[in-house]
Amino acid sequence: MQIMIKTEHLSKEYGGKKVVDDLDLQVNLQETFGFLGPNGAGKTTTIRMLTTLTKPTFGRVWINGFDGVKEPTKVKREFGIVQQHLSLNRELSVRENLDLHARLHHIDKAERKERIDELLDYVDLAAYSDHLIDRISGGMKRRVMIARALIHRPKLLILDEPTVGLDAQTRRRIWDLIRRMNSDGTTVFLTTHYIEEAEALCDRVGIIHQGRIISLDSPLELRKRLGMAVVERRRSGDDTEYRYFPDRGSATEYVQSMPSSAESIVMRESNLEDVFVELTGRRVTE
Amino acid sequence: MMAVDAYSILWADLMVLKRRMARYLVTTLISPLLYLVAFGWGLGRGISVDGASYFEFVVPGIIALTAMNSSFNGAGTRLNVDRLFFKSFDECLMAPISPLSLLLGKAMIGVVRGLISSTAFMIVALLIAPAFSVEPLFLVSLLVTCLAFAFLGVLAALLAKSHEDMATFGSLILLPMTFLGGTFFSVSQVPAALKFALYALPLTHSSTCLRAAALGQPFPWESLFAIGSFWLVFFVGCNLVLKRASI
Ligand SMILES: Nc1ncnc2c1ncn2[C@@H]1O[C@H](COP(=O)(O)OP(=O)(O)O)[C@@H](O)[C@H]1O
Ligand SMILES: [Mg+2]
Repeated sequence: MQIMIKTEHLSKEYGGKKVVDDLDLQVNLQETFGFLGPNGAGKTTTIRMLTTLTKPTFGRVWINGFDGVKEPTKVKREFGIVQQHLSLNRELSVRENLDLHARLHHIDKAERKERIDELLDYVDLAAYSDHLIDRISGGMKRRVMIARALIHRPKLLILDEPTVGLDAQTRRRIWDLIRRMNSDGTTVFLTTHYIEEAEALCDRVGIIHQGRIISLDSPLELRKRLGMAVVERRRSGDDTEYRYFPDRGSATEYVQSMPSSAESIVMRESNLEDVFVELTGRRVTE
Repeated sequence: MMAVDAYSILWADLMVLKRRMARYLVTTLISPLLYLVAFGWGLGRGISVDGASYFEFVVPGIIALTAMNSSFNGAGTRLNVDRLFFKSFDECLMAPISPLSLLLGKAMIGVVRGLISSTAFMIVALLIAPAFSVEPLFLVSLLVTCLAFAFLGVLAALLAKSHEDMATFGSLILLPMTFLGGTFFSVSQVPAALKFALYALPLTHSSTCLRAAALGQPFPWESLFAIGSFWLVFFVGCNLVLKRASI
């Protein structure tokens, strides 16, 4: 299997504090890989090291076989990035923002126009091409960033919390875009602190907590390890007990075996939030 | 390839400038014209310095001053906004171009703005009173001045951690130079110790060069060399800071 991203002992320290801690990671060609973790887990720092913006304190990173520290220019041709924060030139129009990046990626003039038109269609912004960035909505800005990241047809698309702060409808639209890019053959690496996002998009998910990957597998396997069904038993006050079962059948049996009482009992399917909480003792959104 | 990449970076800033050219010309002319009125006509009427009327004396100084401010801010403020406010500078850092192209491109907009502003002022000054001549050495001095201060602007913007840092830099470095850099008085008239200090300011050399060229006096090559050296120092500084920036 071909490997798109590989890291070995990748670490970053700020002021003696390990923000990314000994990360060993492999992302395969054409998969959608997700980093799921709360704010401050080290997701953005990892991405900054993958994209050459930040130098690792220790360890190495390769993108499509190129060394991130020794061959930065080659690495930069392999990926497209959508950063967590808005990073468009707000005094330029949508088209000019894309044009700048096409130029920086050495796409010649004739192809540049064609490619920009094609991408504006792709992200459904053709009607806004001459609008200044300051004059379009947040969801549109995010789509401009996605179009920009794709302009040089990168083999790897990196998205740092691609839907943070967007409404549910826009979020779904961006999910569709990400899925479509992946089915066109692009490898996707994304980070998120939204459970649904990781479940909806990722072939494999790495759960990251305090700079370390504490579990890594497909969403289904992660849930299987814990149990596919969960019974929540709310006791007095806010205290809730969670019990995990391999399937609905065994969970149902357990519920029926309990003495009927005033306690409230909920049976449901487990999700990645449960996985995260069981692993860390915290909720992802905390 | 480096020139192409540097131009791509410059192109984006040119698009921004094009969009607000009229406003730019008006705002950039205000302070040099105020200086011209206050010092050239108001204060300096009837005074002569180093054999020229004060008006003839002060115009090249104001040109140097305009070139300094416009180049510094043209490169520095733009980069500061790109880096800290738009965060679009990160995108340029992740583009497959050399750091050198990036620096050159970012400095070039300062040179362009510096040349536009000083030329606009020169045209107005020539209309008011054709008191000086534009020689090749004058243009060379102007260009080197713009280059040096554009790179100083880039250096300041790369070092700045906030918008306030840029303002502080302006008050600590540019403002003293405005009044001490040989713009409004002749450096040859001050005591030796002070003269020494004034020659440590790049603007002093710029005013000296531009004034000599404009008034047809013997050209101070050592001052042109000094501006070039300042440029080199700022350029090397930019490279070092940019390298350190990715930590
Ligand atoms: N430049 C920096 N200097 C110091 N600390 C930093 C820097 N960048 C990030 N950190 C710290 O590293 C930790 C991880 O941050 P980050 O990678 O942004 O997390 P995430 O993207 O998962 O929310 C946080 O505690 C943050 O404060
Ligand atoms: Mg983050």
